[in-house]
Amino acid sequence: MTTVTWTSDEIMTVTAARALEDEMSCFVGIGLPSTAANVARRTHAPGLWMVYESGTLGTVPDHLPLSIGDGVLADTADTVVPVPEVFNYWLQAGRIDVGFLGAAQIDRYANINTTVIGDYSSPAIRLPGAGGAPEIAASCGEAIVIMRHSRRAFVDQVDFVTSVGHGRGKGDRERLGLRGAGPTRVITDLGVLEPDPDTGELVLTGLHPGVEVEQVTQATGWGLLVAENVIPTPAPTETELSVVRSLTGNRQP
Amino acid sequence: MVLSLDEAVRTLVHDGDTVALEGFTHLIPVAAGHEIIRQGLRDLTLVRMTPDIVYDQLIGAGCARKLVFSWGGNPGVGSLHRFRDAVVHGWPAPLEIEEHSHAGMTNRYVAGASGLPFAILRGYSGTDLVGNNPNISTVTCPFSGQEVAAVPAVNPDVTVIHAQRADPSGNVQLWGITGIQKEAALAAGRVLVTVEEVAETLEPVPGQVLLPGRIVDAVSVVPGGAAPSYAHGYYERDNSAYQAWDGISRDREAFNTWLEEQIGVPAAGGT
Repeated sequence: MTTVTWTSDEIMTVTAARALEDEMSCFVGIGLPSTAANVARRTHAPGLWMVYESGTLGTVPDHLPLSIGDGVLADTADTVVPVPEVFNYWLQAGRIDVGFLGAAQIDRYANINTTVIGDYSSPAIRLPGAGGAPEIAASCGEAIVIMRHSRRAFVDQVDFVTSVGHGRGKGDRERLGLRGAGPTRVITDLGVLEPDPDTGELVLTGLHPGVEVEQVTQATGWGLLVAENVIPTPAPTETELSVVRSLTGNRQP
Repeated sequence: MVLSLDEAVRTLVHDGDTVALEGFTHLIPVAAGHEIIRQGLRDLTLVRMTPDIVYDQLIGAGCARKLVFSWGGNPGVGSLHRFRDAVVHGWPAPLEIEEHSHAGMTNRYVAGASGLPFAILRGYSGTDLVGNNPNISTVTCPFSGQEVAAVPAVNPDVTVIHAQRADPSGNVQLWGITGIQKEAALAAGRVLVTVEEVAETLEPVPGQVLLPGRIVDAVSVVPGGAAPSYAHGYYERDNSAYQAWDGISRDREAFNTWLEEQIGVPAAGGT
């Protein structure tokens, strides 16, 4: 009997792919979100309708694009629309079920920072900035965040709120007029965090195979709450792993 | 109408202008950006949704005073290190920034193209972009009472884009991912388009954008002018060049060498 092994990025990608349902419309960012969405479409969700912010709607690339506007996305799309239509007619109008986001920092209420580390006017590190993320987090039916777990990234309070998660707690999204549910899952290389339905604070609800609860709490920069029943992530199947590897060519996803 | 790139840039782009070189991953007017560097233009306010490596190069070469943008990165690779160095260390010159989201910038161009003073959108609510950018505000809908975000129109002095084809009258045809180029051109005071080729007649292509010649001030024929981005139907994106830029741009000395060897101008900043 052969033993199936996988990397921490692979289990994160597979877990994120499983979060997508067939026939959903999905706003896809480049990197891990793009890999996960393409894995979902090649496994359990062949009808996943992928939208990249370059205007490619319903695209079915035969390989992973490096950028959100690679030619393969346009060649295989149902239609290519101008950028104002993507943001106004599709995202803002509430036509996208799920948005997939990455982040440099996330806090206990799933607020996301992709702008600066440190003070905005004299940053220690300047990051690329907002892009589509603020409105993806606001207007998609829900948002799923994918990022590697570390104390540097999982902080008590983000240095800059680029995209609003659950503000400072339950009720903030409604007060701000944000129409989507916001981040419903944060999928990492260690496990899965979900907002508490009463408080909006992220709680550890899922754990990948071989990971201990303590590893996750130690990699989190605030006192992470742990659900009563933490659900073990089922191991990746050989099919899932072979699809991930065929897409990434064994590179990091 | 059809001018050499050198003459077109000399005629249409001036020190202190607000300049938009647009292109959403596809059809980025890289050769025109290099000509702006070569002509030593200064104090530009550079506008673009997705400043990528050509803006990194313009910033590192000292052409820019200000950047108005929504996502400044090397697509699929990481950060822009000349942009970072300018923001964090003021090298080779301090860079003022005005930062939006894509939805905000998109609607600023739409308002600019529409002759409106500002645009509305559902956006920005609750983000720290609001307090850090006076060009993000709110307005109340007079009909429903809903509060929505408001951003001013953007009207560049000059917009520069790259397209697949033009005809001798200056009608311009582009297709594939057409991004925000139509709005950026219609919002601008002057329009410069570099093209892969001039054709006697423009055969229609599905999904095309056609910019009538009456809004185009100059067309320059620059085959390969979008490389290392791509021109749909002509050449592919050179992903390895984007990856290689990461190494060049991280290091001031490597960047200065690139500037001297590839563009033929002296470095703007010492290391």
